[in-house]
Amino acid sequence: MNKKDLGLLILIVVVGAIVTAINPRFLLPINIANTANLVGMFGISALGEAFVIITGGIELSVGSMIALVGVLFVDFLANQNIPWPIAVALMLVLGVFIGLFHGVLVTRLKMQPFVVTLCGLLFYRGIARFYTQDSTAGFAFGQSFPDLEFITAGRSWGVPNSFIAMVILAVIMWVVLHRSVFGRYLYAVGKNEEAARYSGIKTGVVIVAAYVICQVLTVVSAIYFAMYTRSISPGSHGNFYELYAIAAAVLGGFSLRGGEGSIIGALLGVVLLQELQNLVNLLGIPSSLNFAVMGGVILLGVLIDQQWGLFRERRRIVEAARNGAATQAPAE
Amino acid sequence: MSSATAPSSAPAEPFLTLAGIRKSYPGVVALSGFSMSVKPGEVIGLVGENGAGKSTLMKVLGGVVAPDAGTIVIDGVERTALTVGDSMKAGIAFVHQELNLFDNLDVAANVYIGREPRTGGVLQLVDTDRQRQMVEPLLRRLGAGFKASTPVAALSLAQRQMVEIAKALSMNARLVILDEPTSSLPLSETAKLLDVVAGLKADGIAVIFISHRLHEIEQAADRVIVLRDGKLAGTLDKAEIEHDRMVKLMIGRDLKAQFSTPGQNAGAVAMKVIGVRTGTYPDQAASLELRSGEILGIAGLVGSGRTELARAMFGVDPIYGGSFEVAGSAFSPRHTSEAVSRGLFLVPEDRKGAGLLLDLPISQNISLPDLAKYARSFMVSGALEGKTAETQRRNLGIKAPQVTTRAATLSGGNQQKVVLAKWLAMSPRVMVFDEPTRGIDVGAKAEIYKLMRGLADAGVAVMMISSDMEEVIGVSDRIAVMHEGRISGTLNRDQFSEENVLQLAVGKPLQLEGVAP
Repeated sequence: MNKKDLGLLILIVVVGAIVTAINPRFLLPINIANTANLVGMFGISALGEAFVIITGGIELSVGSMIALVGVLFVDFLANQNIPWPIAVALMLVLGVFIGLFHGVLVTRLKMQPFVVTLCGLLFYRGIARFYTQDSTAGFAFGQSFPDLEFITAGRSWGVPNSFIAMVILAVIMWVVLHRSVFGRYLYAVGKNEEAARYSGIKTGVVIVAAYVICQVLTVVSAIYFAMYTRSISPGSHGNFYELYAIAAAVLGGFSLRGGEGSIIGALLGVVLLQELQNLVNLLGIPSSLNFAVMGGVILLGVLIDQQWGLFRERRRIVEAARNGAATQAPAE
Repeated sequence: MSSATAPSSAPAEPFLTLAGIRKSYPGVVALSGFSMSVKPGEVIGLVGENGAGKSTLMKVLGGVVAPDAGTIVIDGVERTALTVGDSMKAGIAFVHQELNLFDNLDVAANVYIGREPRTGGVLQLVDTDRQRQMVEPLLRRLGAGFKASTPVAALSLAQRQMVEIAKALSMNARLVILDEPTSSLPLSETAKLLDVVAGLKADGIAVIFISHRLHEIEQAADRVIVLRDGKLAGTLDKAEIEHDRMVKLMIGRDLKAQFSTPGQNAGAVAMKVIGVRTGTYPDQAASLELRSGEILGIAGLVGSGRTELARAMFGVDPIYGGSFEVAGSAFSPRHTSEAVSRGLFLVPEDRKGAGLLLDLPISQNISLPDLAKYARSFMVSGALEGKTAETQRRNLGIKAPQVTTRAATLSGGNQQKVVLAKWLAMSPRVMVFDEPTRGIDVGAKAEIYKLMRGLADAGVAVMMISSDMEEVIGVSDRIAVMHEGRISGTLNRDQFSEENVLQLAVGKPLQLEGVAP
């Protein structure tokens, strides 16, 4: 864990302590479990977004994909009677295809990621609404899928399974990003695609893979969201979720220019965002101010982080100059 | 420009005199006891290795840095330091190595940036017409072949330098300081720039010409000032200006070992380029052969298609005809990874943009092209990376505190060694160097040449693209000259001369026996 992550963790604890002091219900098991469930679901989508952001790209279609996968998945289960493991597999295949599609448009056809995924945002939302004729997709009374419901909305030892799923995925993704050869390539491509290419790295393949990972994780989170809400109105389900994911990554130290960021940072970003949501509810702040609180905190957080970084850099230089003067290095 | 030939008789009275200038930074004395004077219409060559104190001197003259001791006299007024305003008012103008021009604006707008003439009235719009009218005479004076309304994006590098000089003239400059003006210019444009310098001189404007290219200093300068370790190492008058003398003063000893002896053992053909057409010159086909154990210099004007050929060989750009052959088997790389897997490596021209990941440590830069080798069950081993990097650091003499040091903090020469190290850690068969010593100081250059020769001696086929005539002639075993996308001729060692290279570079055939067409 680097210093940046530690700072974020301290901020989370401090905010938590303040909220607890004002409203002790913050620490009730039911509140913690609810928040953990949300952290789990949003965390999975943020992990995916992180992989795209590290390449210097952006994925804006996350929220619309969550809606599209939601209506398809619920319809497959409730109306088409497709066994749920097959439905899950189909959704994952859809994710792979959409990721490939976005990745190829970005790398082979040299389109800007913002444009590609913005069109995705509009397109998938439209398809989701068309698919259900704008009506809400949901399960019929009495329909139940015990195994699926346990995996998605159940709990183990009191911990929401969505949170456990996120932790498992985060560990895998941590190894991939921070330890594997592919992870190093991601950083290299994000920092300087040209230099990576001149080192013989297949930069196009690396970037396409990032979009595929993002879409697959988005599909996983979409299934969790669908089983959590159990009814999906395609016009509003998942609205802005891509922005939560991007905000979490940025809070966690990712640079939108690419090449910077850590998995732990992104997850801490998700935790902070959900804590803020929770704070708005618990402190009786009008819920209409929800977004304003989030926007304000993200702005402050990133601002302080950058200024602190500049301050430390200046201090390091002054220190080095002093040491240099003390040892009287020979003339340049 | 009036006349570039008239020998101007510079008035005896210097308008700028520095005396006993000292400047130290914590731990480093950048300048000590430095004195010099500048007369109107005098061209002074300023040479010295990187770190000799040239940039500090420039900063003192520009008013960016105040000296700790010493005096600066301008027009008889004595000061202990200049401000930026003083410097500008005194007519001292800089043309930096990295030009500060806006590509998206026209020439006139660049000359008057920040000082735009206004239309008056409430709106105070930029008076574009007047701006252009004011710039035209300056361009005529410089003999520039472009208009004030030409977009800067359409200009060549030398023309852009003229824009900078026009900017200096528009501010009534009396001293123009050119910092490494020719380091990235092709020969033909260099000649043009030297004409402009002569013209400034004829107009009574003094010029300080900083360059690593000593031949140009020989041609242009009336007087040469050599800096070493922050001190004046010596001054050479017009008659004394000589390449070897400058080098001797710069490094404090003779440097005959700068160019290594040619290799004797050119072996089999390692790589063939057979009628290759690149995107820049699709109507021209380039062919050449590269033997293992030799250094093949590729000379030619900037824009003659040399870099494009190298990029095509390495799989960066597609080719539009012809083919390559490596070790006897045909090969047309669609991606750099295909070249790398055959042992064909490129040290690119743009060291910082394409050669290195500046934010990564040395060790991770070195391991990048062969990363899978450093992985144990998919996880990259930092220890293995460190070990290889440590070996390379010792072998190449990379000056860095640790192999975990970020590449961005290294000097140009050491950065270039890191680029080399990443390929040497694999096993090169063909190494292509594109402008390997650009912006690198004399000492580090010699080391790079030695490394290249070492590679050739070890049986690697080395191809070196260079715009530096001394380097091409001094280092190569054979020289192939490119002109507009084709090889206009190949020279063997006994045919090496600047004249021959230049003639081929402008596309004229040589009337010599034994020169391949």
